[in-house]
This record gives sequence, C-alpha cells and structure tokens, in this order.
Amino acid sequence: MPNRERRVRSASRRQFLKAAGAGVSALAGVPGAAKAFDLEEFFQGHFRELSPEEIEGVIRRLERKYSRKYGKPVTVDAVGPNDGVLFGYGLDISRCIGCRRCVYGCVAENNQSRDPQIQWIRVLEFERQDVVRRIDFEDGDAFYDHEQVPAEGKSYLPVACQQCENPECVKACPATATWQEPDGIVVIDYNWCIGCRYCMAACPYGARHFNWAEPGIPPEELNPNTHYLGNRPRPHGVVEKCTWCIQRSRHGRYPACVEACPVGARKFGNLLDPDSEIRYLMEHKRTFVLKAELDTKPKFFYFYG
Amino acid sequence: MKSITAFAFYSLKEMVRGGRAYYAWLVCLGVLIWIGVAGFQEQLLHGHIVSNMRDPVPWGVFIGTYAFLVGVAAAAMALAVPGYVYHWKPIKDIVVLGEIIAISAVIMAILFVMADLGRPERFWHLIPFLGKPNIPYSMIAMNVLILNGYLVLNVVIVFYFLYCSYADRPYNKPFFMTLMLLSIPAAISIHTTTAFIFNVLPARPYWNSAILVPRFIATALCAGPALMVLAFQALRKAANINIREEALQKIAEMMVIVLFVNLLLFFAEVVTEFRSATAHTVHMQYYFTGLEGHVDLVGWSWFGASCNVLAFLLLLIAKTRRNPITMNLACVLVFIGVFIEKGVGLVLPGFTPGALGGFYEYFPSRQELMICVGIFGVGTLVFTLLSKAAIPLTFSEPLEWDDQLRAEGSPKVAYRPDAVEP
Repeated sequence: MPNRERRVRSASRRQFLKAAGAGVSALAGVPGAAKAFDLEEFFQGHFRELSPEEIEGVIRRLERKYSRKYGKPVTVDAVGPNDGVLFGYGLDISRCIGCRRCVYGCVAENNQSRDPQIQWIRVLEFERQDVVRRIDFEDGDAFYDHEQVPAEGKSYLPVACQQCENPECVKACPATATWQEPDGIVVIDYNWCIGCRYCMAACPYGARHFNWAEPGIPPEELNPNTHYLGNRPRPHGVVEKCTWCIQRSRHGRYPACVEACPVGARKFGNLLDPDSEIRYLMEHKRTFVLKAELDTKPKFFYFYG
Repeated sequence: MKSITAFAFYSLKEMVRGGRAYYAWLVCLGVLIWIGVAGFQEQLLHGHIVSNMRDPVPWGVFIGTYAFLVGVAAAAMALAVPGYVYHWKPIKDIVVLGEIIAISAVIMAILFVMADLGRPERFWHLIPFLGKPNIPYSMIAMNVLILNGYLVLNVVIVFYFLYCSYADRPYNKPFFMTLMLLSIPAAISIHTTTAFIFNVLPARPYWNSAILVPRFIATALCAGPALMVLAFQALRKAANINIREEALQKIAEMMVIVLFVNLLLFFAEVVTEFRSATAHTVHMQYYFTGLEGHVDLVGWSWFGASCNVLAFLLLLIAKTRRNPITMNLACVLVFIGVFIEKGVGLVLPGFTPGALGGFYEYFPSRQELMICVGIFGVGTLVFTLLSKAAIPLTFSEPLEWDDQLRAEGSPKVAYRPDAVEP
C-alpha cells in the first residue's frame, strides 16, 4: 500500500527534469513571459523526490511569487513530520452547536478561495434522533440558516477530511499527487496535481474540493504563514482539503478549528502519546467513525461527551 | 524506406484531393472544430468554472462521453473477431475501416480527458519514468497506459496493412495475425479498465458492483458496431465502394445478441437494486423516479432505456433487420440509448445524492457542449482523412468484378483479393 513511503529519489529522472527546466528557461529568457507560464514550475519534479536544496529553491520561488502577488511578505514552510507523532482528532457531538465558527476560522487560517467559495468543513444539521440510531446522510442539511443556533431538537455534525489510515483518495490519484505523511496527515502537492478530480470521486466524505477558477483571496485576508503541503495559496485547477493545519500542528499548535470552537467540542493530539487528550477520550468515551463499513480507518473520532 | 516516404506522400495527397462535396464536408467539420476551440478558450481563460461541474458532481459530460468513446473504440474488435478468427471474407475487407473508427474514437477519448483536466499541461505526470503514475492502484493511470497502447497497436495495424497494400507486397502473415489477435484482448482491457475506474470506488455504491465490467463490454459491443454500420453505409455512398450487404447484416445479427445481453444485465441491476432496497438504492431511484422533487434525469433514463428496447426489437425481427430503413433506425437508437446509459445514466446518478447527502443537479453548460461538438468534429475529421487515404488502397481497381455487383449492374468498384489475401 503506497501509504507512508519515505522519500524516494530517482536521480536520473531528477537530473533530466532539472536540465530540461534549466534549458527551456534559458531559451525562454524574457522575465515577463514567466508570469503567464512558469517554466521552472512546469518542470518541477514530484515533491517527495526533490533534494533538500531543490526544495529550498522551490520554497524561495514560491515565497517570491506569493509576496509579489499579495503585496506582503509570505513565508512557505516545508517542515517535515515529527518523529513519534501520529495525529488524531476527536469531536464531541453533544457539544457542537452548529455555530460554524470552525468553518470560518479554517477559511481564515488556510487561505481558501473566497470567490469562488471553498470551505473545508461542512456542518450537517440533523434531527436529534437521526444521529442516535444511524447517521443517514440523506437526512442531513448542510444549508441550515437560523437566526440562532442550536435550533430546537437539532444535532450538528461537522465533517472534513478524516485523514484515513486507508485513504481511498491516495489509491485513486493517477499522478501520485496525494499521499499520507508519516504523521498521518494526507497531503496534496498542488504543483503536481493534474486536476482530474478522481480523488473527489473516491472520497466517501466529500472532503476534497476543487479550484474551479483562479482562487480569489483579498490580500488583506491572506494568512502569510503557510506550509508547502498545507495552506499556501493554491493555483487554479487543483484539488485541496483540510490538512489538520499542518503549518500549525507540526509546530505543536492546535488546528485553527480547535481554537475557534467556543464550546470545546474539538479535541486534537498525538495518538502515540499515551498522555494526550485524544488518547484519553478514546479510552474513556465511546467513539465511532463515519462509514466504518468502508474500512477507510479514519483518524477522526466522533463521540458523545 | 523510400517507399514509406512515398506512401506517406501518397496518403497526404489523397487526403487533400477531392471534389466540392468533399471540401464542403471538411469545411463543416472545420466549423465544428472552431466552435470547440472557442469553447475551450473560454475554459482556459476562466477555468472549469465555465462548466456546470461543481464539488458534489465533479465529473460530467466529458468523462461520460470518454467512457462511451472508449467503448466504441473497443468495438472495433467486434469486426476483428469474425473477420480474422473465423476468416470471414466480407468482414475481413472492412476491418481496416473499423480500426480507423477505433483510432478516431481513442483520439476523441483522449481529447475529452484533456478537456476535463484542471491542469492538462501536467499530463506528463502520468508518463512512466518521466512522471510518477500510481500504478497499479489508480485505475485512471492504468487506463491511460492501456488506452495509449491500444492506440499505438491500431495505428501500427492500419499503417502496416495500408503500406503493404500501397507497396503491392504481401504482408507478413504471422506478424499481422499476431497484431490482429492481440487487438482482441487489448480491446477488452481498455474497456475493462475504464469500467474499473468507476466500480473500484467504495464511496460510490451505484458504481461499486462487479457487473459494471460486463455491462461496459456489452454496451460497447452494441454502440460500436451500430456506428460502424451507419458510417460504412455513408462511406459506401460517398466513396462509391463495395461494402457488402451481408457484412452489414452479419454485424446487425451480432448486435441482437449483445443487445440482449445488455438488456439482461440492465434488468439484473434494476431488480437487484429495487428488491434489496438498501440505502444505496437512492441513486437508481434518483435516476428512474426522481427523489425529493429532484427529477432532472427521469426523462432521460426512460428515453434511453426505451431506445435500447426498441432497437433490440427492431433488430430481433428479421423483417425489420433486413429493411435498411428500420435497421438504420435501430442503429441510431442503439447509439443514442448507449450514450445516454454511459453518459447520463452512469456518471450523474453515481454522484447524486452526494457522499454527505444533498443534491446537485447537473446539466452541461454552453462551453462544455461547445467543446463536445469540437471534439466530435476532430474525431470525424480524423476518420474522414484516414479513410480517404485508406479506401483506394483497400478497395482498389479490380482484377475481377464481384459477381453479385455485376448481376446488379452496379458501377461500384469491387475489392482486389490478391493484394489483401493473407
């Protein structure tokens, strides 16, 4: 299973691509031409096969591009996974009030396009009894619109990427543009994705989203602290999704949704750390996952606190 | 080598040589292609937002038509089997034309995928050694590989056959027969992997069934020959060549059998789904009866199914099968019916209702339809040019007249058995 491979290098292919890129760039010459079609980006190899120096080159190029585009200094992090870490997420359904602050906090942190609108978290409203027996997604309403929440007799279920241990999207991707990192986060290389949207067909949770147009983010709303595999501004024509705020979690911080939640419904931590809150709730609460029969083995655990 | 260059020049000359009717036809195709280019330009400028695909239904008419065309391409094999395996003369003559249809269909299929990709310039990411194709897990990666292999195989077969015809040399029987026989499993594999693209996804229960593979093969073997019957009759008139009536009749007879299998598999699916009546039945319900007021596809589903049933009856009854008007009507109905089944009836109900519930009702946008028109124009142009060059070589000046034609008093040119005899 091509799940958590270590970085594999293919020297001859990298050399060829490097030479090809340098050669064509030299021929292209004109600085203005690069804006319409970035040759260096076109010939960029697969992220997992780049050397540390090549990655640095990519980072510098991207930081230059984003800083120029948004008129403020943007950093692109490429920090790898921490050893001994496998992230897990918990969500207390009995606490969620459907306020959607997580949705908007996520958008602010992760630089989703505002126009066209992309939201990584989808909050479904159910009749309370409909989440007791079995969750039938046909009964859920993602477009509830009340003056105040929680509405009487309703239950709320937020859904985003489940960061499956057996991810269908990773199997489906024809270009190997999406894979699972050693710390459990399923990531996408936006510079490698060909935009075929097969992963979107494969995902049972509707967690993946496509940039149908050039993303529209007002420069003043852009979060300039980005990660290459996470919240850096995406180009048009590629797929994106929740990465458990890889730019935060790999530095020991909570994802934005965890911090935004006003009722403490969201829990996050290291599954390999026996003292973590995620391990606590897995040992003391009755957790379940969505669509368990598909055996995707999600690391997103729902429970009733 | 000199001869190959001469052959290439001859073919190109033949493609541009023609009367007013021929050029009028080329101009019409040019207009269609121009429409497609205009639509594609809009898509390049604004992105796929000009389509009506969105996150809940990320695939639409492009992928549906892709699946349909791979089926048509696979059906060229339908001619190869009786022609070369059973050494049946009337069909042997037109196998090359069938292969040319396959080439045109594969080119169109590839163009539809390119039109669908968000980043088509990154297609090289799928090329082995250059890119990083996810083989063997990704069915799209497998399909792309096998489909291109099938294209190469067909091009080699057609090129070799026509070149030998041009250079008046007998073709190398073992080599040619191997290629022809290889094209049979190749054709089955291209369409099997296309079916696998859909049916290996546990997230989409409407597709996640083994029966999708034989259904794809069955519908392919219906639509491909139907197109061939229609195209060959058009060629017969336009190029004044002898495509024997018994060849067309044999194809029509074969279509009865595959149509029956298609209808049987369809019946099996419907009964299984509605009798089991699980939560997954919603997709088929949406397609045939509508759900919660969402009824956009209901007319299409019944129309498509009716086309298939009516076509089956028309071809089953000998009288209507032998009558050219009803036979051609049946072929048109089959083509439409299978297109609806594979285009509308496969992709859209698979995504509706969505993975987390919810309905997004899709219909192709203007730009998507323009691109479809353009790609069909390209495919028809490829077919026109290739058959224009091929026909004089496969249906060349006779050394002897066909008895049947002479009896009919027909001025049509017969085939030349010596040049193409294995």
